[in-house]
Amino acid sequence: MTTIDRVLGAGIERIDGPAKVRGSAPYAFEQDPGEPITHLALVQSTINRGRITRLDPSAAEATPGVLAVLTPANAPRLSGELTADLPVLQSLDVHYQGQVVAAVVAETSEIARAAVGGVRVEYAAEEPDVTLRADRPDLYAPAQVMAGFATDSVIGDVDGALSTAAVTVDATYETPAQHNNPIEMHTSMARWDGDSLTLWDANQGPHTIQRDLMTAFGLTAGQVRVISPYVGGGFGSKAFAHPHQILAAMAARVVGRTVVLELTRQQMFSLVGHRTPTIQRVRLGADSEGRLTAISHEVVEHTARIAEFAEQTATATRVMYAAPHRRTTHRLARLDVPPPTIMRAPGETPGMFALESAMDELAHTLGIDPVELRIRNEPPRDPERDVPWSSRSLVECLRTGAERFGWAGRDLRPGVRTDGRWLVGTGVAAATYPSRRRKADCRISVDGRGRYLVEIDGSDIGTGTWTALTQIAADALHVGLGEVELRIGDSRLPFAGGAGGSTGLASWGSAVVLTARQLRARLESLGGQPPPDGLTVDGGVPGPSPHAEQYSMHSFGAHFVEVRVDADTGEVRVPRATSVYAAGTIANATTARSQFLGGFCMGLSMALHEESLQDEHFGHFVNHDLAGYHIATNADVGEIDISWLDEEDPWVNELGLKGIGEIGIVGAAAAVANGYWHATGRRIRDLPLTPDKFFR
Amino acid sequence: MKEFRYERSPDPAAAVALLAREPGGAFLGGGTNLVDLMKLGVATPDVLVDVRELTSAEVSDLPDGGLRIGAGVPNADLAADRRVRERYPVLAQALLAGASGQLRNRATTGGNLLQRTRCGYFTDVTRPCNKRSPGSGCGALHGVHRNHAILGQTFEGPGACVATHPSDMAVALVALDAVVRVLGPDGERSLPIGELHRLPGNDPSRDTTLRHGELITAVDLPPLDLPSRYRKVRERASYAFALVSVAAALRVEDGVVADVRLALGGVAHTPWRARAAEETLLGRPATEEAFAAAAGAELAAATPLRDNGFKVPLARNVVVRTLLDLSGGTR
Amino acid sequence: MDTEITLRVDGAAHPLTVDTRTTLLDALRERLRNTSPKKGCDHGQCGACTVLLDGRRVNSCLVLAVTVGDAEVTTSNGLATDGQPHPLHRSFVRRDAFQCGYCTPGQICSAAGVLEEARAGWPSAVTADLTAAVELTDTEIRERMSGNLCRCAAYAHIVPAVADVAAAEGVRR
Ligand SMILES: Cc1cc2nc3c(=O)[nH]c(=O)nc-3n(C[C@H](O)[C@H](O)[C@H](O)COP(=O)(O)OP(=O)(O)OC[C@H]3O[C@@H](n4cnc5c(N)ncnc54)[C@H](O)[C@@H]3O)c2cc1C
Ligand code: SF4
Ligand code: FES
Ligand code: FES
Repeated sequence: MTTIDRVLGAGIERIDGPAKVRGSAPYAFEQDPGEPITHLALVQSTINRGRITRLDPSAAEATPGVLAVLTPANAPRLSGELTADLPVLQSLDVHYQGQVVAAVVAETSEIARAAVGGVRVEYAAEEPDVTLRADRPDLYAPAQVMAGFATDSVIGDVDGALSTAAVTVDATYETPAQHNNPIEMHTSMARWDGDSLTLWDANQGPHTIQRDLMTAFGLTAGQVRVISPYVGGGFGSKAFAHPHQILAAMAARVVGRTVVLELTRQQMFSLVGHRTPTIQRVRLGADSEGRLTAISHEVVEHTARIAEFAEQTATATRVMYAAPHRRTTHRLARLDVPPPTIMRAPGETPGMFALESAMDELAHTLGIDPVELRIRNEPPRDPERDVPWSSRSLVECLRTGAERFGWAGRDLRPGVRTDGRWLVGTGVAAATYPSRRRKADCRISVDGRGRYLVEIDGSDIGTGTWTALTQIAADALHVGLGEVELRIGDSRLPFAGGAGGSTGLASWGSAVVLTARQLRARLESLGGQPPPDGLTVDGGVPGPSPHAEQYSMHSFGAHFVEVRVDADTGEVRVPRATSVYAAGTIANATTARSQFLGGFCMGLSMALHEESLQDEHFGHFVNHDLAGYHIATNADVGEIDISWLDEEDPWVNELGLKGIGEIGIVGAAAAVANGYWHATGRRIRDLPLTPDKFFR
Repeated sequence: MKEFRYERSPDPAAAVALLAREPGGAFLGGGTNLVDLMKLGVATPDVLVDVRELTSAEVSDLPDGGLRIGAGVPNADLAADRRVRERYPVLAQALLAGASGQLRNRATTGGNLLQRTRCGYFTDVTRPCNKRSPGSGCGALHGVHRNHAILGQTFEGPGACVATHPSDMAVALVALDAVVRVLGPDGERSLPIGELHRLPGNDPSRDTTLRHGELITAVDLPPLDLPSRYRKVRERASYAFALVSVAAALRVEDGVVADVRLALGGVAHTPWRARAAEETLLGRPATEEAFAAAAGAELAAATPLRDNGFKVPLARNVVVRTLLDLSGGTR
Repeated sequence: MDTEITLRVDGAAHPLTVDTRTTLLDALRERLRNTSPKKGCDHGQCGACTVLLDGRRVNSCLVLAVTVGDAEVTTSNGLATDGQPHPLHRSFVRRDAFQCGYCTPGQICSAAGVLEEARAGWPSAVTADLTAAVELTDTEIRERMSGNLCRCAAYAHIVPAVADVAAAEGVRR
């Protein structure tokens, strides 16, 4: 065994760690644009729907230090190909609360923010329509849902099977609108040199942002450079371009100076997307042994009037359990809301809350242990696509988790355990997430002294890419970590898809491995020695795994939690949890553990706290800051036991990596809600589990 | 944020005199609330008179065995003061339950008392709010109000306001019968803390009875010879405002309530002294039933809103639990 | 309104012109281009901007720069001495107590404050006996570090990272 072969999988410390802890790793705003920076501040609509009738920027324009006020009347025209919320300041129509209606550029941030108050805007407002209900007459079926999934899936006779089932569950679950809220606020700093634009930007994939900027301003790839080596979290909200990138570029063009736009936390509640609220009716039919005969999962969610975003909420239900009769549907209401977007495991996160809660309810109805119920319904093949699994270790995750958690001997009865004034219970839920690979290009060069440069436009949004990709490259090149220099986070680098859908390392890693193989082959043909002036090889992966059609590819996991509910107050604590995952190859044990942990804790946060509260009359999100929108604090997180199974999957990609960024959140909220029920005997079907619900 | 002038003064009297000449001015303590509200455009002072280092940062003993807390004492230091920890645990606990370690380091005693409501319509200048913009209406009344008041609200007219006072410390001080020392343009005065905050009445724009230019210089605590504690219920384990909180002090002699102080937070526009509950309890046996009856007596007047009815049973339960804990009883 | 001030940051004095409206955070980030304190909310609600002001942790987004006077500002970067990382820097890396790293300098300044507060015997909301000596148990660290939100949720690694240094410094058994 050589140490060189073993860097993959080892718990190497983060390469970017020392710079991050000191705060010297430059995030978007912290980059040096090479000239003084001017500041952009935004004027936002206070109505959800209507038209601007009057816009008077004169007081703002007259403020000393203000360089320009951009309005729909004077803003540069953008390409008509832009869609959704990207054509900013192009018309007087207002489509959602918080839409940008003007923008002020000034010498300092203080002046810009203050001058916003000097822009007078009047509207002709129409009554907004912002409330999602399952009985709305205008619900419609989109052509497809996110990630290319079919809107509906129907197999067999679900209603017939439900009507004859020995046992049924029929329950409706609701999840509220949620906001991604990465701690780094979305920031774009733009500089033009002639007709070339440089954008230092917080995003999950520079090429994705570059593409929209090219479209917006009619530029070529060579004219737009997006630089993002360090990104302070994204969770989906930084995956796609939003109005702020366009605005920063537009303003920089108008004033001929470098302009930075740092969104405020409040603005992030309308300008960078959110997770749709969902209303989900789940019906399960089973025989008396707990074998499912029918599964029905019907989802109602919202999208914006100006953009269709159809979250794929019921898709996990298509792969989780065996049942001959099955149906999943998605219906949307077009509302006067800001465009929703992806938020960590879009689809699986809300969907598995519903399905895994319903499984818990079924287990109770049958008097079967909920772990056992899941094991009894393990499907040998993908139950809807009817293809084999590339690998599936859910049962082992459940068994291992039960063992580590100490599940055996659990009393099935709810509401019977106390510890002082605490009501105590335990809950379980399963997790799944698809494994995909996307197109990625890569360039690897070696110089005459045997130093390697690996270039690929991957992103590290906290996911550990800097470290894991360096490890993968070192292994693939058969050299030590110290001989590899990695470059990511720059649209000038070879194309790669963004960090999203847990595809990052699977795609970039595969591209690096294949390119490294090519390079090594070339080197071998040259006698093993790099030529004096070096050698460069371009390679990559073209897209999905060639086996994606023959196999169903998913990671799986299981969560076990202890839940305590204060009998007097309804306060909820989760003092301990165990999660076990099967996600193929784990590239770096250290950063992977953090990814699983972070995912699980976000699920815990969703279960206990997260909820964007919309005012039904005014239509805005009222709790639009981090004091109002609660995310878990350190004190909310207890002992968490994270582990994973050794799982080899030869089909998913070159490395056998299934992706780990999202599976942690999937099912976590259901485990907590199931534990809450076990503690209290109360089934809360609408998240979050705030104390008020204890008193219903 | 609107432009403003920043001023320091040599002594409190000069600061008071300075502000008296500036109708649009404000005192600046730690700034953790005022600077926040200025950023939001909710507070728009044109002069800030910095009093953080001007008012005393000392906690000193009073001859009667009580304590004098300088208005400039940071919340963190007050909670850590040995005398407060030993003699007024309710106060130390209330302070420690508030905000975060960083904020408590900066926040002052005077500023904490005068912090403004966290109502989401008050803090958003694009929404109606009678407190911020008298006569514009109360956005919360029929809007998002899960964490609003259940007692003493105004429902009708230009005074409509259903906000709560956010301070934890103030709830403890109300239970402790603290006295607020104030220096104004007309000299010094003292007022019982119960007279500092006011219900919305027909003018929710005024949180307190202080007049413009009055400076809080200190808070006096009378001696306390009964066990006390603070219990706060919130939507996450830390770093969140109270849904409901209880400051209580209780002495039981021969199974009978000999002395009791009770105040509630998160339920009204003021820290809420639970006098009805106290009266019900005095001289009664210290039992769970009596505690529940007392809580019921106080909460009989509750007028919850569409979405905050849970605060009534929640407050009742927390009162009962806190009194039980203090009486050494269990259930 | 422009005002001349001198900010003492990480051992160096910086004369600069600020607006009275400029917060300490913006003075550091926008005027001095110091990248160590971060902005995550600008309203005291996240802790990313935490710095030490004369050794005490504060949210620099709510401190007006004009009020700082000659107080010493220490950022996470400034905790390093002679180019050597602070023990907290090392333990945060060793424990992988962050992911995106954006909340991290604030977490580290906060942790430095927590250690100092514990040494001074300050209790917290989870301290059962307000008059006893303080020990930084996991529960204590969780509560005391709760003014620093981490959306990557590295909390379960932040606790041992702080605990390691607390143990080395004798405020934890
Ligand atoms: C995210 C967040 C969470 C929080 N959570 C809590 C919580 O859970 N519980 C809680 O109780 N509080 C909480 N707070 C509020 C915090 O306690 C207050 O902001 C703080 O106590 C205010 O004190 P200050 O000295 O900073 O006041 P400042 O902001 O300086 O001033 C507040 C007001 O008092 C006036 N003022 C200040 N000093 C004097 C004086 N001596 N005389 C007369 N007027 C004066 C000012 O003009 C201003 O109107 C939180 C704050 C934030 C930002
Ligand atoms: S409750 Fe009071 S503070 Fe809130 S909107 Fe109504 S008037 Fe304003
Ligand atoms: S930026 Fe200061 S607390 Fe969030
Ligand atoms: S490490 Fe990303 S927010 Fe804490």
